[in-house]
Amino acid sequence: MRQNFRNWPVLLVLFVFSAPLLIMLTFLLVDAFTTKVPGTMVPSGVTLHHFRFLWTDLDNGSWGIWGVTLNTFNFALFTSLAVTAISVTAGYALSRLAFPARGFFLGGLIVLHAFPTVTLIIAIFLILQLLGLYNTLIGVIVVKAALELPFGIWVMKGFYDTVPWEIEMAGVQDGASRFTVWWKLILPQVQPGLMAILIFSFLSGWSEFILPMVLAPGNDAQVLSTYLATMLLDGGTQADFNLFKAVGLFYALPVIIIYLVFQNKLMNIYGGGTKG
Amino acid sequence: MRISIENFTKAFGTTTVIKDMSLEINSGEMLALLGPSGCGKSTTLFAICGIHRMNSGRLLFGERDVTRISSQQRNVGVVFQNYALYPHMNVFDNIAFPLKVRRDTRADIERKVKDIADLVHIGELLHRKPAELSGGQQQRVALARALVREPDILLLDEPLANLDAKLRLEMRSEIRRIQQQTGITAVLVTHDQVEAMSMCDRIAIMDQGKIMQLSSPKEMYEDPSSDFVAGFLGNPPIAFLEGVAAEGGMRLANSEVTLPVPAAINLPDHGAAVRFGIRPEFFQPDNDLKIKGRISFVETQGREELYDVTLENGSVLRSIQSQGGSFKLGDNVNWGIAGDRILAFDAAGNRL
Ligand SMILES: Nc1ncnc2c1ncn2[C@@H]1O[C@H](COP(=O)(O)OP(=O)(O)O)[C@@H](O)[C@H]1O
Ligand SMILES: [Mg+2]
Repeated sequence: MRQNFRNWPVLLVLFVFSAPLLIMLTFLLVDAFTTKVPGTMVPSGVTLHHFRFLWTDLDNGSWGIWGVTLNTFNFALFTSLAVTAISVTAGYALSRLAFPARGFFLGGLIVLHAFPTVTLIIAIFLILQLLGLYNTLIGVIVVKAALELPFGIWVMKGFYDTVPWEIEMAGVQDGASRFTVWWKLILPQVQPGLMAILIFSFLSGWSEFILPMVLAPGNDAQVLSTYLATMLLDGGTQADFNLFKAVGLFYALPVIIIYLVFQNKLMNIYGGGTKG
Repeated sequence: MRISIENFTKAFGTTTVIKDMSLEINSGEMLALLGPSGCGKSTTLFAICGIHRMNSGRLLFGERDVTRISSQQRNVGVVFQNYALYPHMNVFDNIAFPLKVRRDTRADIERKVKDIADLVHIGELLHRKPAELSGGQQQRVALARALVREPDILLLDEPLANLDAKLRLEMRSEIRRIQQQTGITAVLVTHDQVEAMSMCDRIAIMDQGKIMQLSSPKEMYEDPSSDFVAGFLGNPPIAFLEGVAAEGGMRLANSEVTLPVPAAINLPDHGAAVRFGIRPEFFQPDNDLKIKGRISFVETQGREELYDVTLENGSVLRSIQSQGGSFKLGDNVNWGIAGDRILAFDAAGNRL
C-alpha cells in the first residue's frame, strides 16, 4: 500500500483536539494503579489499594460493588433485549405491512427520535409512581427501553427496506407462512442490524445515568453510574479520587471490551441499514 | 393444468391496470405474455400465483376455483425477474426450502433436490452460495426451486432479462427443454418478441392492460390483427406506409404514386386513411410491385444486410437481403414489394 503523505495535516489536527482526552485517559489509568505524594505529578509506587472495593465493603450503605454491577448488567441486558425484540418486529411492520395510520407512526417515530427525552422525565416519574414501579429496576428498564425504541425501530426499518420484496414473495410461493418467511428468510438478512441494535442498546443501558438517578434513587436499584455519583457526593471534599478513578475504570472496562470486539458490527448502523 | 382467467380486473388505488381480461391457457402449454413495459404483464402473472388479489373476475386451475385461495395453497412455482434466491442459504438449501416447509422426510428432500438439480444441470453447485454463482447458474437454481415441489403451473417473469446475450440464447432453449420434459403448464412474461416467438406455443400480446391478440407465433407474425401487433413482432421491424384509399389502390401521402391493392383486401371508401405494413423480407430487388427510392442507411448484420430506403415522399421502407448485394449508401434503387404480403390497416389500426 502506498503511504499518502497528504494525510499528515489532518492527523495533526485530530491529534491536537484529542490530546486532552488522551491525557485524561492516561492519568485515569496511571492514577488507578499508583500512589502519589500529594502535590506531585510523578507516581511514587504501584498499588492495588484503590481496587479494594472489589474485595471489601466500602461501608457506604450500598450493596457492595458486585451487587451494583449485577444490577447494571441486568439493566443493560434486559433493556437491550426488549429494545431488540420490539425493534425487530415493529421495524418489519413499518417497512412491509400496510396497516392503518402507518404514516402517523412513521412520523411519530422521527419526532420521538429527535425529542429531548429529559423533558419527559417529570411525566415519567408520575406515571411510574402511579404504576408502583418507582424505585424499581424494572421501572427504569421499561422507561429506558421505551426511550431507545424510536432509534432501534428506525434503524431496523432501514435494514428491512433493503431486503427485496421478491424474496418474501418467493417464500410465500414456496408454501411458507408469512411468519416462517419472516423468521427463516428475512430475519437472517437483517441480522447485522439486529446485532448492532443489541450491542448499541446494551452499551447505552450500561452507561445510562439520569434515568436510574431520578427514577430509582434507592440502594436496591443502584447501578454503577449512580454508585459513582454517590461516592462523589457522600465523600464531599474528602472524596478518595483515586478510588473513584479505579471504580470508573472498572465501570468503563466492559464498554471498551465490547466496543473492541464488536466495532465492525456497530458500524453497520451507519453502513448497511439506513440507505434508501 | 388448464388455467382460465375470466373477466379479470385489477386496479391499484384509482388506476385500473387490467380491464376485464379473459384468457385460457391449455394444459401443458407454454404461453407468452408479450407486451411493452408497464402494460400489466407482471400484474397478470402475480394474480395467477396469488400475490395480487383480483378486484373482480375468476381464476380457475382445471376445474378448481382458486380466486380466493392463498398463494401457499395454489401450488404454483414462480421464477422472479431477479431470481429472488435466498442469499444466506446455499444452493441445496434454496432448492430444499419448499420441501422443508412442506415437512418432507430428509431422504425425500435429498433425492428430489438431486433429481431436479440434475435436470437443470447444477448438480455440482449444491454447496455454493447464490453470490458465488453466475447469472445463468442463479437462473437455473431459481428454476429448480420453482419446480422441485412439482407444481401444477410454472410462472416466469422476464427470466432472461438480466442475462447477457449469449447466456440468454442458451437459457432460452434450456427453459423450453425443461418445460417440455416436465410437461408443466407455463406462462412466460417478456417484452422481447424474439423470446416469445422462439420459446412458446402461443403468444398473448398485451397493450395497456388488454390482450390484443392470442395465437401461435407463426400466425401472429403472418396474420396480425392490428398495426400494434404487426409493429411489435419481427426483427428488424415492419415498415409502415401512410396513405389514403383511392381509385385502384392506396395513394401514398404527399405523392402521386398509387400502390395497387391485392384483391383479398377490402379498402374503405375513397379518401379514407389507410396504412400499409411491409416486412423487410417482402421488399426485395426482384419483386413485382416496384417503387423508387434512395438507400439512406446500410447495416451489416453478418449473414445479412439491412437497408433503409427513403421513398420520394419521405417514407422509409426496410429491406433485408443476404450478403453480397452490391448496393451502397446513396444508391437510387427501384425495388419491389411482394403485393400479396402487404398488411393493410385502417385509421384505427385494425387489419383490413
Ligand atoms: N403495487 C403496485 N402499486 C401501484 N401500481 C402498480 C403496482 N404494480 C404495478 N403497478 C402499475 O401497473 C402497471 C403495470 O405494471 P406491471 O404489471 O408491472 O407491468 P409489466 O407489463 O411491465 O410487467 C404499471 O403502470 C405499474 O406502474
Ligand atoms: Mg414486469
